[in-house]
Amino acid sequence: MSRFLVAWAARIAMPALAISATSAPALAVEKADVLAHYADLAAAGFDDSLITARALQGAVQALIAAPSETSLGAARDAWRAARVSYQQTEVFRFGNPVVDDWEGRVNSWPLDEGLIDYVAQGTAENEENGYAGLNVIATPKFTLSGHAVDASTITPELISTTLHEADGIEANVASGYHAIEFLLWGQDLNGTGPGAGNRPFTDFIAGDGCTGGNCARRADYLQAATDLLVSDMAYMVDQWTEGGAGRAAVLADFDAGLMAMFTGMGSLSYGELAGERMKLGLMLNDPEEEQDCFSDNTHNSHYYDGIGIRNVYLGRFTRADGRVMTGPALADLVAEQDAQVDARLRAELDGSVAALKAIKTRAEAGLAYDQMLEAGNAQGAALITTAVNALVAQTTAIERAVAALGLSQIDLEGSQSLDSPAAVFQ
Amino acid sequence: MSLRLRAGFGVLALAALPAHGQALDDRHLKVIDRTPAESAKVAVVLAPPVDFTQPEPFEAHPGGAATVRVRANADAFSQFSANMPFEDEMRFKLGNALFRKSWVAAPSSTAASDGLGPLYNARACQDCHVKDGRGHTPEGPKDGRVSMFLRLSVPGGTSPEAIAGWLATQDEPTYGGQLQDLAVPGHPPEGQMNIRYGETPVTLADGEVVSLRVPEYDVSGLGYGPMAADVMISPRVAPQMIGLGLIEAIAAADILAHADPDDANGDGISGRAQIVPSAEFGVPMLGRFGLKAGAPTIRAQSAGAFAGDMGLSTRLHPGPWGDCTAAETACRSAPDGQESGLRDGLEVDDQSLDLVVFYARNLAVPARRAPDAPQVLRGKALFYGLNCQGCHVPKYVTNRLADQPEQSFQLIWPYSDFLLHDMGPGLADNRPEGRATGQEWKTPPLWGIGLTAQVSGHSAFLHDGRARSLIEAVLWHGGEAEAARDAVVALSKPDRAALIAFLESL
Repeated sequence: MSRFLVAWAARIAMPALAISATSAPALAVEKADVLAHYADLAAAGFDDSLITARALQGAVQALIAAPSETSLGAARDAWRAARVSYQQTEVFRFGNPVVDDWEGRVNSWPLDEGLIDYVAQGTAENEENGYAGLNVIATPKFTLSGHAVDASTITPELISTTLHEADGIEANVASGYHAIEFLLWGQDLNGTGPGAGNRPFTDFIAGDGCTGGNCARRADYLQAATDLLVSDMAYMVDQWTEGGAGRAAVLADFDAGLMAMFTGMGSLSYGELAGERMKLGLMLNDPEEEQDCFSDNTHNSHYYDGIGIRNVYLGRFTRADGRVMTGPALADLVAEQDAQVDARLRAELDGSVAALKAIKTRAEAGLAYDQMLEAGNAQGAALITTAVNALVAQTTAIERAVAALGLSQIDLEGSQSLDSPAAVFQ
Repeated sequence: MSLRLRAGFGVLALAALPAHGQALDDRHLKVIDRTPAESAKVAVVLAPPVDFTQPEPFEAHPGGAATVRVRANADAFSQFSANMPFEDEMRFKLGNALFRKSWVAAPSSTAASDGLGPLYNARACQDCHVKDGRGHTPEGPKDGRVSMFLRLSVPGGTSPEAIAGWLATQDEPTYGGQLQDLAVPGHPPEGQMNIRYGETPVTLADGEVVSLRVPEYDVSGLGYGPMAADVMISPRVAPQMIGLGLIEAIAAADILAHADPDDANGDGISGRAQIVPSAEFGVPMLGRFGLKAGAPTIRAQSAGAFAGDMGLSTRLHPGPWGDCTAAETACRSAPDGQESGLRDGLEVDDQSLDLVVFYARNLAVPARRAPDAPQVLRGKALFYGLNCQGCHVPKYVTNRLADQPEQSFQLIWPYSDFLLHDMGPGLADNRPEGRATGQEWKTPPLWGIGLTAQVSGHSAFLHDGRARSLIEAVLWHGGEAEAARDAVVALSKPDRAALIAFLESL
């Protein structure tokens, strides 16, 4: 935990951030209760993700058993529903090592999809990634980094231990939501024009009528990747229920636990969502810089990231089945110290959710996220820029909330800063 | 058919001249001067350890407050400085995306990503710096050579007037400063690097035999005619990327304080400063980056890699053809990715270069593993006993900086003096670079070295990856390090294991 303290020490040492002078009265809300509720929110969020992953697993089984326009559509709907739950958990990633170390297994992107299956001619050429055109589905035996691989049976273990990040290349994404997304939708070859991936259901017909070749192996891959997603998600649920490592870590040190909450909110807002996932695509005008690029579902992934950030602050979570969880919240702690800081952060969170909602609304009305990225698309650029700015503003408000809780005053045990009071020279 | 290239024109018998009248400063940084009180504190904290029964304070965090916890996977070198403010996280992530991005040949519909080549070694930064770690040697005849290439030059040309002891070399007239083994469609690549390895056994004092892999290089498939007869080649594996911003933040004076060009202290170790002209600042500067410290700043190193490795223009290297020479006429006249009024009229605009530099500056050093283990502490005592720290200087305190909170005033443990040392004929590339002779190399930092296998999936060390383990790397040490190397040969087995355990813990 100590390194989080170190990280935060620098964050809140910025001169613009005055420390609240309010002295702390006996708190009506206890940090321990806020943290326990935070762990409950994480457990529920990952449990929803597990439930929706199982529903996806069922839909995939139905697709494979009887491929049709309908069963493929149902599997795609199940995937979209699964994303709604999962994206709301992303706020738990940053600040919690147990999540951060695991996240790449389920949510890596972008991918060189030619590793997995057939792709359009000329789209799998990447001479630095010798496996960008490997096409495991069509290739039961191959050599990987000098070792012979027998992939005649496609199993979750093959995907997770042999194929994922093959040859040390991050783009060799073999598992998780986006690998499954590729198998359900296929490549989106429309660039910044309208349209998502358009894989035909016949790609899953075993025997006569199979398109794309190797339909049985494609079905095996889809099944194995979905099974793997379910088991990966079950592992993460365990980390947040009683006795789990994630729960234990945030409850071990209250101030460090609160830091983890703020770190998750701030890092997702600023670096990850506003930066890597939004501003970058706009800078490059590149439709490949879109998280859910096969399904054109990026607007939902961004939106539910934003909802997740707000959930953590307000201690509220609307579960997939409609139940609403409430409990002792970070917001309560901040409000007790400085009502204005709390009001400001609530307003900024609502503002970013509204800006992300505007992207979602426009996408659902026909302007997909990849079209917004097109050079010269002023409306798209404005929508994305507004959301980026809202997320940036929100991060400033988060930093004020950190200061309001006096978390800058914590003992910097293990700090390497020579400015630190714990430094060696006395 | 392949053309055999014999490396070099041998070691120049030039005296290691000190640079006259050059105040090598830190003009690349916004330095807040140390107070006398701070200097006194720094002197205390930098004193050598006397007690090897326990770790020194703060030793576990080699990157100071920027140190990150050790990820258990190949992402261990890909984390940002732990003390980074939120607003900088976006810059880091954007820089990372540019570092990952594959560039394409011009003209292309993706105008923001074109301009590759025409000749190149890689299409993306991370193709050589895989997982931000060390590159590797080809594992077989069909394996990509992409994280390794050959530098080229011939003797002659002019020397920068202000830099004493400069060994004049110039680009190979046809092939330029390095061999590009890839080219965009319509252009032949320059050629292929080939390596053959022989084995030389070394018997240690306790009877254990370690076999050293002796490389021999040649080039085949030359695309543009013969090379100059006096060409000198230097094989280079991409170095690891961690901690670069901290190295850049060390005061030049603190590095120069370890220089001993005439071995005045008689320990057999000289240590000479690399000094190179700075295109950014127009003055000679202390070289810090690259295997012979040929680049003074991360920006210079990055812009050089954009030009030489990928054929992309930046403010510092505005030619869109990268390393194509005037003799490679078709390459010089090929379409480029520069559009007037777009991206500063460059292939890599200033904003993009800034972001990549920021990214490189903030790739964080992971924490030590078990610095308090008895075997590790025993190894540390041996490390000092053998005078390894004579070159692998353990610790520094960085400059206090007005605009880089992540690197400012940190106690860091890179284990390098960032100076040039004669490493003997065995390791020599016999290709001078700046003030570095054909036998000199910059001491490489050792931080993170124990995570190499985890990050990169191999344990290949030294400038051309010839050493397959840390002990092989140690046994290759010659020249100024010969005494230390011989002492390692004489160690008992448990002591040798302890020394390696210490290195693995870094």
